[in-house]
Amino acid sequence: MIAFRTLLYKEALRFWKVAFQTVGAPVLTSVMYLMIFSQVLADRVKVYDTVRYTDFLIPGLVMMSVLQNAFSNSSSSLIQSKITGNIVFVLLPPISYREFYGAYVIASIMRGIVVGLGVWIASLPFAQVGVTHPLWALAFALLGGAMLGTLGIIAGIWADKFDQLAAFQNFMIMPLTMLSGVFYSIHSLPPFWQGVSHLNPFFFMIDGFRYGFFGVSDVSPWLSLGVVAVALVVFAIVCLEMLRRGYKLRH
Amino acid sequence: MRSGDDGPAIRVQGAVKQYGSLQALAGVDLEIAQGEFFGLLGPNGAGKTTLISALAGLTRLSAGRIAVMGQDVVDDYREARRMLGVVPQELVFDPFFTVREVLRIQSGYFGVKNNEPWISELLENLDLTSKADANMRTLSGGMKRRVLVAQALVHKPPVIVLDEPTAGVDVELRQTLWKFIQKLNAAGHTIVLTTHYLEEAEALCTRIAMLKAGRVIALDTTANILRHVSSHALKVRIAESITLPDALREKLVRDEAGELSFSFERYDDVETLLATLRAAGAILQDVEITKPDLEQAFIGMMSKA
Repeated sequence: MIAFRTLLYKEALRFWKVAFQTVGAPVLTSVMYLMIFSQVLADRVKVYDTVRYTDFLIPGLVMMSVLQNAFSNSSSSLIQSKITGNIVFVLLPPISYREFYGAYVIASIMRGIVVGLGVWIASLPFAQVGVTHPLWALAFALLGGAMLGTLGIIAGIWADKFDQLAAFQNFMIMPLTMLSGVFYSIHSLPPFWQGVSHLNPFFFMIDGFRYGFFGVSDVSPWLSLGVVAVALVVFAIVCLEMLRRGYKLRH
Repeated sequence: MRSGDDGPAIRVQGAVKQYGSLQALAGVDLEIAQGEFFGLLGPNGAGKTTLISALAGLTRLSAGRIAVMGQDVVDDYREARRMLGVVPQELVFDPFFTVREVLRIQSGYFGVKNNEPWISELLENLDLTSKADANMRTLSGGMKRRVLVAQALVHKPPVIVLDEPTAGVDVELRQTLWKFIQKLNAAGHTIVLTTHYLEEAEALCTRIAMLKAGRVIALDTTANILRHVSSHALKVRIAESITLPDALREKLVRDEAGELSFSFERYDDVETLLATLRAAGAILQDVEITKPDLEQAFIGMMSKA
């Protein structure tokens, strides 16, 4: 347990020491999105009858921050350690692959939640609606953070170079996030694209999280919870198997 | 180190490591007793680092087994890794933390709580106390190397492996390091050293294994290796080159720009050698007797194997 706690502490301390870059910067980016999109689109985009566009946008941006930062945390930590070689410091000690997974994922969730909270607090002056079901919101933030933290470990282990990791981020994580309904309700899409959206687990994370805010969503929060949980379990199994075998870590 | 356990510190049985078509280890068997100061020598690519990686769990063997203090490095990896401290060859560091943070974190990884007294002792013994709160990024190469040594020792492992610890390191650090490592060895820690500096191995190691192309080609006490493989040499500088008689030609080991080296077994032979040289018309300018050294032994072994 001491080894697990220490690895978690180290991973959390790592991002906290450079919080200006790991927390401050993404909060600023999200606030810029919020100011610009809500200003430009407020009167043009209609989502739900009862919800203003700005209020609709806030939980999407918060959740997007949680997801992107959870991914960044584990993936960047691992690729940096691999490239600089200091990964040996965690490979030499008696740390089990489960402890390794747990520590990296929880640290990723922590960074995701810290950035998400930052974005939410910064958005309060623009908001008119509070959080209706905080437990739902929290459940999706935790599960979503865990899923992206897991994907971050997979990507960080798989990638041998920074540009491979960037490709993973730019060609998988970014499109899936952008096409998940952060900026729009999928009901505004043609039926075909609505169908495609339902294949994207990111859509369920954003939609379920948004339910926590308004009590309104595109699909039932229980369905979203189920999809997200199943996706998390699948990625976790893949990730744990990679770690157990020492894929690309222990030759 | 562990009471009631007198098995070998390290036991390597039939270790094979295949990287595609390259065989890095071609069946290594080796036992290192507790308390030994053991040298692992060999040219680049001989398999030293692969063997150490397998020992440390960084690489998995294609076949064979390795145990540290009786604990299998795969099946009982937790116990085996607790018994082992490895100083890696590459100068790696975590740029986010200070020296003391790094050592605290590393202690935690090994399940050691409240390690401050030992951390302070390590810092002192490695002349790092003044750098304890400095960020790793700001340290010189030599200082980073010292931190690597401290990191390997935070959990007081009974077996310590140093993979080329003095490569590119100044004289002062080498001395500090060896003094400290010898102290640990005297306290009962088993030390395994790989080095390119053969004089270091000769001075420190009681037993040596030489590796070539993934095989152990020699395994004996340092004294025996020196005795068997290398001999004394008589080095002479002569004024003008001469034609050597056959008796001398047999004993010639080196001929470089007027400097000739002849091997001999007993000191009585020196007089005969010199007399034969003079009789052949050589005018001696300088005479020197050199003792057998590991470098000579090493070169001899590598060319024979």
